[in-house]
Amino acid sequence: MHRPGMLSIWFFIGVLLLAYGILILGAGIYEYISPPEHPLVLAELHAGIWWGGLLIAMGLFYSVKFRPGRNN
Amino acid sequence: MQAAPSHLLTLSGVDLAIIILYFLAVLGIGFYLKNYTKTGEDFFLAGREMTAWVAGLSFLAANLGSLELMGWAGNAYQYGILAAHWYWIGAIPAMVFLAIVMIPFYYISKTHSVPGYLKLRYGEPARALSAISFGLMTVLMSGINMYAMAVVLKVVLGWDIYFSIWVSSITVALYVTLGGLLSAIFNEVLQFVLIWLGALLISIIGLIEAGGWNGMVARIHANFPAQNFTHAWSTLGSFQDNPMGINWVGIVFGLGAVISMGYWTTDFLVVQRVIAAKDLRAAKLAPLIGAAFKMCVPFIVILPGLLGLAMLDTPGHHFLVGGEAAADALSHGQVLHTYDEVLPIMLARYCGPGLMGLGITALIAGFMSGMAGNVSAFATVWTYDIYRAMFRKNATDAHYVSMGRWCTIGGVLVSIGTAYLALHAHSIMDYVQELFSFFIAPLFGTVLLGMLWKRATSAGGFWGLLAGTSSAIGMWAWVKTTPLAVQYIALSPAAKPMAENMFRALWSALICVTVTVVVSLATRPKTEAELAGLVYGCTEIPSEGHLPLWQRPIFWAGVVSAAFVVIQIIFW
Repeated sequence: MHRPGMLSIWFFIGVLLLAYGILILGAGIYEYISPPEHPLVLAELHAGIWWGGLLIAMGLFYSVKFRPGRNN
Repeated sequence: MQAAPSHLLTLSGVDLAIIILYFLAVLGIGFYLKNYTKTGEDFFLAGREMTAWVAGLSFLAANLGSLELMGWAGNAYQYGILAAHWYWIGAIPAMVFLAIVMIPFYYISKTHSVPGYLKLRYGEPARALSAISFGLMTVLMSGINMYAMAVVLKVVLGWDIYFSIWVSSITVALYVTLGGLLSAIFNEVLQFVLIWLGALLISIIGLIEAGGWNGMVARIHANFPAQNFTHAWSTLGSFQDNPMGINWVGIVFGLGAVISMGYWTTDFLVVQRVIAAKDLRAAKLAPLIGAAFKMCVPFIVILPGLLGLAMLDTPGHHFLVGGEAAADALSHGQVLHTYDEVLPIMLARYCGPGLMGLGITALIAGFMSGMAGNVSAFATVWTYDIYRAMFRKNATDAHYVSMGRWCTIGGVLVSIGTAYLALHAHSIMDYVQELFSFFIAPLFGTVLLGMLWKRATSAGGFWGLLAGTSSAIGMWAWVKTTPLAVQYIALSPAAKPMAENMFRALWSALICVTVTVVVSLATRPKTEAELAGLVYGCTEIPSEGHLPLWQRPIFWAGVVSAAFVVIQIIFW
């Protein structure tokens, strides 16, 4: 939808995914550096690191492409 | 409600931060959109300016509420891939039918609701009957969803039930009251993305652990060699051959032709998202976009249930049990987990800090999107089809917006009351779902005849709808008081409750259609001029012939239908 001055929903989604990606990537790196005493099944995949990276990439894409002031 | 004394998961600080961010985001969107919600068209129909993608994702997200994620993952653990029928034949044909056949009439008639269409087509009595039934059912369902979410958070995280009910309902009430349907739709798209990103990882890591699809199937067959959990159609020859106790007639005609058609084409909760589209082509594309994603939802809902069968169970032994068995065990001091907990159990198996928070956020988002869908649809039907039609016909637009806001709050409060009732009456959830199902089945017959048969009259529409709904209630009561009656309703004494629901819906729709036809033939029809824009043959539907093939909804309907057929063959 295009109303003058109105932010796109995809911008909100981008910002939230970016924040989530940073938090999840950070937690994943922390677990990689200091593994927990009782690791999860397939913890060696380090899912937090690559899933956090994916969220950051998606978040950056949407928050830049639909940033305020850009005509979509 | 009995709860296990211990909970499944423990959240870290990162997980809590992710959940809190989610609540701040949905509330922030509500406050932001309040400035863009001035008129009734804005509040109740989101200004009718949604793109096909936003309308389509919101159309699907509104349905992802209830016990959708956890309940169907649990059903997949219990029944195997048969549960996927509710995403395939129980959705895709109906969505395609809605897009191609029914949307033109909803959209061209400029109705604001499904009861509003009935008013235009059949007159005030049919509108009143459907509006009152829909309003009651919607608020009741919203409360039950809220209760279900609170129970999930209690079992999974150990959170207090009352805390969960109040926090989630106040959040939904705030953002829907502030921004109306516009806010509900925006948040539904956000929730849709979070649901996928939160749940997808379980299936990906689960498949890696199981050794891919073939590895998973081999493990399930090794665990349960006498049962078939991995074929969708080949076990539907008779009621006894599959764990669901249903046959192909119930699935194809009860689920596919009646319940699914009724839900996806006449339940205003989902139809409201589509008629908010910016033009007819976007409105036709929206259900097709929803259908494409709906076909894929089993990957995040059904697959975790199947992975549970493969990875949690041991030969001949289920790790998870039914609700009654868990309650019995609890009375003897033993804690057993139920089928419905398979999704959080798989989440705890694979997801560490951060990912756990994202997964829990996905569950909360699912529940809240469904609840917001119910509340925003209720506000529209109450304000336009009950309040304006019956109590105050000529108020200002601002007055109706104000009424919409107040009735959003009122609807949430009634929902909270329903949730409290559910706390003390455990089986109410089953009853409400039955009530809901037998309301929409006859409604489908009424709306379909109204759109496709010029001869259907006002009296025919009203009496058909009343007869269909009454007969469904009658059949339900008959089986409740005389359990053996199930052999007449579902055509087999071996039929289980799911089969009974399907056949009851089928009979009630047939009764509705029969009564509508008979009464219509005995009463005076409307003139063609009165039916313009409402009925096939009296409505000029804009041609799409000038568009390139790939921009035409009919082309994408063909693509979606072909993909649906291929999936059925793959999982036959």
